[in-house]
Amino acid sequence: MSMLRVLKIVFAVAAMTFLLAPLVAILPLAFTSSVFLNYPVPSYSTRWFAELFTADVWRRAIINSLVIGLGVTVLATVLGTLAALGLRERRLPFSGVLRTAFLLPMVVPAVVLGVGMQLLFVRMGLANSYLGVIFAHTVIAVPFVFVNVAAALQGVDTRVERAAASLGASPITTFRRVTLPLAIPGIVSGAVFAFATSLDEVVLTLFVAGPNQRTLARQMFSTIRENISPAIASAAFLFIVGTILAALVVALVRWKSAQRRMA
Amino acid sequence: MTQPYIRFDKVTKAYGDFTVVEDLYLDIAKGEFVSLLGPSGSGKTTLLMMLAGFEPPTRGAVIVDEKRIDQLPPHRRNMGVVFQSYALFPHMTVAANVAFPLEMRGVPKADRKQLVDRALDMVQLGAMADRKPSQLSGGQQQRVALARALVFEPAVVLMDEPLGALDKQLREQMQLDIRDLHKRLGLTIIFVTHDQSEALTMSDRIAVFNKGRIEQIGTPNEIYDHPTTRFVADFIGETNLLDGTIETSDASGLTLSLPGGKRIRVAAGSNEAAGKTVTVSLRPEKIRLGADAGPSSSSGNSIPATILDSVYHGDHLRMVLDAEGTRLIAKADRRFGDLQPGSKAVASFDPADCWLVRS
Ligand SMILES: Nc1ncnc2c1ncn2[C@@H]1O[C@H](COP(=O)(O)OP(=O)(O)OP(=O)(O)O)[C@@H](O)[C@H]1O
Ligand SMILES: [Mg+2]
Repeated sequence: MSMLRVLKIVFAVAAMTFLLAPLVAILPLAFTSSVFLNYPVPSYSTRWFAELFTADVWRRAIINSLVIGLGVTVLATVLGTLAALGLRERRLPFSGVLRTAFLLPMVVPAVVLGVGMQLLFVRMGLANSYLGVIFAHTVIAVPFVFVNVAAALQGVDTRVERAAASLGASPITTFRRVTLPLAIPGIVSGAVFAFATSLDEVVLTLFVAGPNQRTLARQMFSTIRENISPAIASAAFLFIVGTILAALVVALVRWKSAQRRMA
Repeated sequence: MTQPYIRFDKVTKAYGDFTVVEDLYLDIAKGEFVSLLGPSGSGKTTLLMMLAGFEPPTRGAVIVDEKRIDQLPPHRRNMGVVFQSYALFPHMTVAANVAFPLEMRGVPKADRKQLVDRALDMVQLGAMADRKPSQLSGGQQQRVALARALVFEPAVVLMDEPLGALDKQLREQMQLDIRDLHKRLGLTIIFVTHDQSEALTMSDRIAVFNKGRIEQIGTPNEIYDHPTTRFVADFIGETNLLDGTIETSDASGLTLSLPGGKRIRVAAGSNEAAGKTVTVSLRPEKIRLGADAGPSSSSGNSIPATILDSVYHGDHLRMVLDAEGTRLIAKADRRFGDLQPGSKAVASFDPADCWLVRS
């Protein structure tokens, strides 16, 4: 084995460790029976999961996260998909500028967005409301949908859509029967990303959400400052499981659509 | 020609300041089979796309059945299009691809199946009905595209190099099938091809494109035997282009002096002025090779020649000759197989086979 190869493997392992160690560190603590969030774990139990689902603050946080997450997913997927479809039109003026505008929330610091939104939402009467939180999360989730759908549409040959039109399909039928089925994998990935973005968003939530809209991520954030309870580890565990499930959904959709094209 | 069915009236298409099609006139009668032939990038696909409604003309009008169709969207034009890139629906089976136009026209399901089967049988793909396009070879995909464009029996069919990916045997079979369908259904077909022999055998008329213009349009016979320009003569089939100066002209034609000093008779251009430089096209198969000038020598042209090269082409030999300083290509019968490079022969040809072309 060459020196370079060894170096590559060492580097890969180091990078993976760096990325995964925090996850591995927190997971066993989710099953601790102790009331402290630290090692060693005296014995294993699921009491903190029970706490998560019975304690009012945690239960509400989970429900809030799901409600807001679903709202964001629907809104961001529709908006991001429409944006990607619109910007596909090559005759559109300023399409480069618009494209950048849609991607901007990815790079603008969340704190800046948060301050702006808080000022704006207070005026619009959206402060401390579910709708406000959903709008806030949607702003940063749209770029993910946009990027995914745009990439999927890139793979759709415009000549195939022209063929549909020449065969008698109206623009709407062409979209429904040709463009949409070919773009679905991108749309689903985008939707999953949107949900995940909403789920772990804290900064904007701090600015725009009231006590009634505490999400799971927000609840963890305050818990870790107020009373360091192992319930945080259990919540983190749920997060990880949820994320893995989401990733599986994406993988499954990609695999199925590849299969569909093949056979 | 009676009232044209399709008319391009001074149509120009430009992308920015790059003109792709320029001031083009083209009339096509109902039921006519017109081939568009021309080098890559000469605007053939662009013309089809304007007719199919995907590219608006920059100037001019496209008229079908006496109506301007500029405002008619592609899906209402009822034209079958075979795209240069096949453009099959990748997520649908072969059968679903072919059924698509029928479905759009509200054909009942039971009839659909029957029509699809028949169309697939025509292109010999009955066994592939349940496959996806990605599981087919290029030639098979091309045939699916053909079946899909023909299954709904549109009045006009636009084909952009529909047989390009097929092997010779299948191509000839499909040529016959398309011809047959054209006659049987009275289809109006506009057919883009790079294959000039395909254009010559299939078309009622051929339009030769060059740089966004039609250089010449006419029957295969006219195009091949009476090319009007140097470009057409050179593009369709192989030809000898002889540049010369007119010595004299009279009622039966003119006498041309070739750069090597040799004089030939040309049975055309009797009204051309002496001293002018002109170009003559002479097809290789019109040149006879012999040990002497042959029986028709008195009325014809004959030039002593040296054979430079002789290439076997199966049914004929392609000879390169040096005829007193003029390089000539001749197609010779195989019995001249003993004419080796270096040997002498006499090349003779009729004045009537010398055709004047514009440069
Ligand atoms: N959207 C476009 N923008 C700019 N130029 C274009 C566009 N589409 C085509 N062209 C140009 O127009 C010219 C004619 O293209 P067209 O596709 O009609 O050629 P063609 O005769 O079909 O060639 P081929 O035989 O290679 O298919 C080409 O030079 C091409 O580069
Ligand atoms: Mg083309």
